[in-house]
Amino acid sequence: MLAFKLAFKNLMGAGLRTWLNVFVLSLALFMIVFQSGVIEGWNRQAKRDMINWEVGGGEYWHELYDPYDPLSLNDGHGNLPAEIGQLCRDGQAVPVLVTQASVYPEGRMRNILMKGIDPSQNIIQMPTADLKVDSAVINALIGTRMAKATRLGMGDLVTIRWRDANGTFDAAEIRIAGIFHTNVPEIDNNQVWVSLDNLQKMTGIGDQVTYIILKQGLISVPTVPGWIHKGYDSLFMEIDTIIKAKGVGGIVVYIILLSLALLAVFDTQVLTIFRRQKEIGTYVALGMTRWQVVWLFTVEGAMHSILSVIAAAVWGTPILYMVAKKGFGMPKGIEGYGLTIAEKIFPAYAAGTIITMTLIILITTTIVSFIPSRKIAGMKPTEALRGKIQ
Amino acid sequence: MRTFLTLITIFLMVPLFSQPSGKEILNLIDKNLSAKTQIMTVKMVISGARGSRTIEFKSWAEGEEKAFTEYTNPAREKGTKMLKLEDKLWIFSPSTDRIIQITGQMLRQSVMGSDLSYEDMMEDPGLSSHYNASVTGSDTLQNRKCWILQLNAVNKGEAYEVRKLWVDQERSIPLKEELFGKSGKLLKRTQLYNITRIQGRWYPMKVVYKDMLKTGDGTQFIIESIKLDEIIPATIFSKASLK
Repeated sequence: MLAFKLAFKNLMGAGLRTWLNVFVLSLALFMIVFQSGVIEGWNRQAKRDMINWEVGGGEYWHELYDPYDPLSLNDGHGNLPAEIGQLCRDGQAVPVLVTQASVYPEGRMRNILMKGIDPSQNIIQMPTADLKVDSAVINALIGTRMAKATRLGMGDLVTIRWRDANGTFDAAEIRIAGIFHTNVPEIDNNQVWVSLDNLQKMTGIGDQVTYIILKQGLISVPTVPGWIHKGYDSLFMEIDTIIKAKGVGGIVVYIILLSLALLAVFDTQVLTIFRRQKEIGTYVALGMTRWQVVWLFTVEGAMHSILSVIAAAVWGTPILYMVAKKGFGMPKGIEGYGLTIAEKIFPAYAAGTIITMTLIILITTTIVSFIPSRKIAGMKPTEALRGKIQ
Repeated sequence: MRTFLTLITIFLMVPLFSQPSGKEILNLIDKNLSAKTQIMTVKMVISGARGSRTIEFKSWAEGEEKAFTEYTNPAREKGTKMLKLEDKLWIFSPSTDRIIQITGQMLRQSVMGSDLSYEDMMEDPGLSSHYNASVTGSDTLQNRKCWILQLNAVNKGEAYEVRKLWVDQERSIPLKEELFGKSGKLLKRTQLYNITRIQGRWYPMKVVYKDMLKTGDGTQFIIESIKLDEIIPATIFSKASLK
């Protein structure tokens, strides 16, 4: 206890030097908590957006469908199985048909995916009701990214060309009946959505579909031959991989930040021991063992971290709270990165991360405080008392 | 009176007998345009919204299934090679030093920015075996009398269900072709010029392709030299010749 009291008094006595170290350490802690909060916030937000806009409560894929292999689109569709057909009729699922096509905005050709979906669906948030509007031409929905890339606006007519089930070309005018904004580029980039009935007629593919989106919260799903059920583990694999990679990148930043802060503590300890040799000699002369003095100086160094945690809590908490409430703006043009990411991320601070990082800072600060303090154990008290450099 | 009526009937039917059937015209076209082998040096002029650019290449073709193309000009495209074997297409780009197979969506990309896509290149050019033809009228094009032929696909699965051809009545070579989608929308137009006698056949030395859904003036293929039915070493049509 004596060591803690002495260490605290010494730290307070050191004034600005102590507070500079405390500030640097608290800044490192703040930055680490903030960055991990942003990544976790992105992770949660991206998954929530994907559930709301793209994957619902999971999907069934035709066994030959592979979204990363355009060749699979020729064969990756089949008749809606009876078990899932019933789910669709009950409003528990919605089928989607995918085919390749080309659009010609302003006479420029652009290869796209044309997707058909039931306009009456309410499984995902896409405003498919816009497809129901009466029109002499085929109504289509596009996302803001696609609208920007093709310079298409509401009500515009554009030619679309596709091949039917037998490979024969056809073309027609489509009308942009709606433009939706989503954070999920997988349903926006280079995609045009039309009603499922229209697409099935256009391609002459009958009642076939490529995949089926299930309603959120659908607990039991049937096993259907020829169709593969995709749960969140599989559907979130890509975003999980990205988040994991970002997490690894974040660790590198944490290490750099922490190293800089710990270097400051280390330097302070070295300087302190050098300048306070007479004091060290006095402690020993008064009866303290050398290791008690080492302990005293180690506690003094380690106390920087305790103060930094308090300081970070004092000045960092309001900032972190405010950012969590108001959100953290992403750079302009983030939409074009092809990632499921919102324009604003609301950080989610995990208690586990804060406790872990606090412990790491406490332990590492103690270690870097102890390393220079060990030198005290080798000092001769008489020499130290005389202030002779050792 | 009966003799007179018979003579009149025969007189009226003469043009019908002198008009070849659509099938016959298609066979004559295929005879003109199909060769065992073709070796060509071609200049391709691509006209787009931002002006035009010229690309030169040499191509070797054997029947309808094998083709090899090497780009020679401009410097940026020089050394790019393409190999078509049946329904597969590979491209070698010297800048990346890699051979890639063109599949899926990539087949829909235009060839060097032209009005021709890779899948257009993959189409079987023979018409008589794929389409039923009927003569629907006559017209004058490039000061030549032409039959107008309407071609309807024999089987499902042809890229274009309906084609319309303007065929030179005397030389049995198309001077214009229009390709339609299933709904009847005009998708592509090809015009053939400078019809020249080469090794006993009539052959177009300039072809203008136009994707009717795109803006621009289309793409011109100007044949600078052509050799038909020459022996081409088998090694040309191998992936080894791409590098």
